Amino acid sequence: MPETIVEQQTEIDLKSLAQDIVSRAMSSGASTAECVVREGDEFSTLVRLGQVETLKESGSKAIGVRVFCGKRSASTYSSDFSRDGLDRMLNGALALAKITSEDPNAGIPEPSQLGAIGGDLDLYSSDVYSLPGQERIAYARRAEKAALDSDPRIKNSDGGSFDAATGHKILANSHGFVGEYRRSYCSVAAVPIAQDDKGAMQRDYWFSVSRSLKLLESPEQVGKVAAQRALRRLGARKVKTQQVPVIFDPLVATSILEHIFEGVNGDSVYRGASFLAGKLGQTIASTNVTVIDDGTMRGGFGTSPFDGEGVPTRRTVVIDKGVLSSYLLNTYTAKKLGLQTTANASRGLAGTPGIGPGNYFLQPGTKTPQQLIAEVKDGLYVTEFLGMGVNLVTGDYSRGASGLWISGGELTYPVEEITVAGNLKDMFMNISDVANDLEFRSSVASPTIRIDGLTMGGE
Amino acid sequence: MDRNPFFFQHYGLTDRDLERYLAAALSAGGDYADLYFEYLSSTGLSVDESMVKSASQGISAGCGIRVISGERTGYAYTDDLSPARILHAARTAALIATGPAKTPSAGFQEKQARSLYPVTLPSVDAEITAKVELVMRADAAARAYDPRIKEVRANYADELRNILVVGSDGTFAEDSQPLARMNVSCIAKTDTNSARGSSGGGGRVALDFFFGDKTPEYFAREAARQSILQLDAREAPAGEMEVVLGPGWPGVLIHEAVGHGLEADFNRKQTSAFAGLIGKRVASEKCTVVDNGTMPWRRGSLNVDDEGHQTQETVLIERGILKGYLSDKLSAKLMGTADTGNGRRESYEHIPMPRMTNTYLLAGEDHPEDIIRSVKRGIYAVNFGGGQVDITNGKFVFSASEAYMIEDGHVTAPIRGATLIGNGPEALKHVSMVGNDLKLDEGIGTCGKDGQAVPVGVGMPTTKLDRLTVGGTARKDAGGFMQ
Repeated sequence: MPETIVEQQTEIDLKSLAQDIVSRAMSSGASTAECVVREGDEFSTLVRLGQVETLKESGSKAIGVRVFCGKRSASTYSSDFSRDGLDRMLNGALALAKITSEDPNAGIPEPSQLGAIGGDLDLYSSDVYSLPGQERIAYARRAEKAALDSDPRIKNSDGGSFDAATGHKILANSHGFVGEYRRSYCSVAAVPIAQDDKGAMQRDYWFSVSRSLKLLESPEQVGKVAAQRALRRLGARKVKTQQVPVIFDPLVATSILEHIFEGVNGDSVYRGASFLAGKLGQTIASTNVTVIDDGTMRGGFGTSPFDGEGVPTRRTVVIDKGVLSSYLLNTYTAKKLGLQTTANASRGLAGTPGIGPGNYFLQPGTKTPQQLIAEVKDGLYVTEFLGMGVNLVTGDYSRGASGLWISGGELTYPVEEITVAGNLKDMFMNISDVANDLEFRSSVASPTIRIDGLTMGGE
Repeated sequence: MDRNPFFFQHYGLTDRDLERYLAAALSAGGDYADLYFEYLSSTGLSVDESMVKSASQGISAGCGIRVISGERTGYAYTDDLSPARILHAARTAALIATGPAKTPSAGFQEKQARSLYPVTLPSVDAEITAKVELVMRADAAARAYDPRIKEVRANYADELRNILVVGSDGTFAEDSQPLARMNVSCIAKTDTNSARGSSGGGGRVALDFFFGDKTPEYFAREAARQSILQLDAREAPAGEMEVVLGPGWPGVLIHEAVGHGLEADFNRKQTSAFAGLIGKRVASEKCTVVDNGTMPWRRGSLNVDDEGHQTQETVLIERGILKGYLSDKLSAKLMGTADTGNGRRESYEHIPMPRMTNTYLLAGEDHPEDIIRSVKRGIYAVNFGGGQVDITNGKFVFSASEAYMIEDGHVTAPIRGATLIGNGPEALKHVSMVGNDLKLDEGIGTCGKDGQAVPVGVGMPTTKLDRLTVGGTARKDAGGFMQ
């Protein structure tokens, strides 16, 4: 069985390569240039019904360049690091920059804005690959087994899995900036299927994810929770169309935070494609709502020393007790809005930088999730959404949902094949409670929340 | 052998090399091994605020090596196509098996080549200035449509994917797959309201496609029309009601409600709500559903799938009875059924699995006007955003972006976007009328499964479902419809 195969490190120093590409772009006629290099490797294994189903192991790298000729810009990328491949990439970018439009706001950050936050950010731990091959498979197998063993109604499975990956990013630009960082990741997951006596099936999942193997939850714990989540869905029914309070569990509550993110994303704001455009300083949510984006948290899933344009990451209060206090911006959108970047540039291999979150979260309240549920006479506890029926221009919101029915302050039977609809403008104002159970399982996190005034569509 | 010599010329590959790599892949045993070489070049352009703000080009190439041993799959890939790296990847993938080495079959059999998308000049190699013209024309046409159109974005993207698939059973297939797409999105604004609209299309076509019938103006006007229309949309109703779906893109219903649930891997593992239902009624007898990878120029079409197998037309549901699944090599072998040529993957970094190509409901005999006339109170949905399905419990959703009320047999006011939700094995049993106007979508669909995205097509004629849950905000008990 596979042992870790350590890919031989590339002979060329990727940092020098990035700087070299920038200087070659400049000597070939670019007025500004920026180069990004990414390399990464991944391992994944899936065990189903005790047997290994897939094993995958590989590494790859790619390079991208963005050039400016005055106020025109273009970008190219390649997975071919040969001399020819790099020449083609560079020449392609310079040629493309002749056909784009002059954009007065185009450019990279000012030299004074560039840099990186210091200290060990705890983003990389080589221990994600420290397990021998058999142990990795055992992690996946243990997670699945815990799910299968926990109840006779868990009759099938989409498997247990263990994944690990590391990534290395390098950014250099013609203002002399060069920076790099490595990040690691590992996760264990289980996807059991529960079946009732009528043969109806329900599938659910649970996972633990971490930057270090040491911090990963035990596979048994993950499997057990996954089984509970699948089991509680058995016997789900439809309910009548009505308006009720809705409690969002932490995983689905993050989707509400993501809608806020899209709404304050500078790109949507400057073009008026967000209903939050022009609302800076105004109350857009209930006073329970304080939303923070922080790219500097040690070990965070959204942490990095600098953003996709080489600006040091920072902490930004986006919503302060219901008042919109900042948009999230990169250099371009900041210029368009006459503001400063919030270091939220996200950079792919090609194209203009986008906007991405750091560690982005809703500040927890003081009540427990149980208290939130106990305060609802009749309502919906939603645990899953299906579909993408959200319109940021109007705020219209309509999604498929499933979860548990709350009756007399307690979770009762499961419900499914229903819709939850409203308008985000009202929904943000109607976040009537926020619980204390904030936990990061990705770069976006939310505690349990309650929203009133939603329409539930059913029978 | 008369081969499209792409990889042989670019990388100096020989049949000997391929045999050597396959032998390395089977060095620890295993039932089957294959190599997937891919060379993808792409271009992208976008116009925003009437400026071409972004232009990009790129190349991505690599080789993925798969070894199958029973139900197990070992996979490794490399973006470095040197023999040493490919051999290393082959030996990594080989570790899935534990046994004596096997020998791949000697020699390769190349299948009769098909040509569903013959282009003389792939769009990715066409003049960039012509592509700039396309996005600029789209911008101008959308703005000219109505002064309330305030924001326009138009994107153009194309790619050319050269692939070579060779297998230890002698499989040998090459293909050159063009793909081009144009998208326009608009925002209309008044003093009090804002609304969005979008449109787009394309296929496995050359650039001239966008200078023929499907011009930038065609897509731009459609996006602008939708956004203006939405300015006056009223609240959508909530609850179960009659639903009429227009022809074309609403076929995303078929994709979500039945398509995914009929992919063979889910049925082999008994994790689909459709498992064990072959020969059973899963739709009304008005419904015949096919998946067809052989339609010329279509976005979802392929000469060969990503396992080197020819695509075909597969009947999934015939007059309401479930007939078959969509299969790749692995599921076909394990289930003892035919490989339907649906083994697809996003790129060389991904393991192939059963995927749809172009999936649609065949035309019936009803006239679209009669279908509308038959509805007392319901909605008429003609455009959709995406959809999603939970294949295990069968629940699916799809989100209408353009829909209207039907009142007493007449289409009346436009309504705001709403999600429709149903249960896959049940929903099509409520199909009571099927129109004679089958249409496929314009060519913008991308389907995601297990984190892998592939281009697909969907389609349907005007179709009436007697019952489906609509996720609006207007309450039924508020007395009729919310105004």
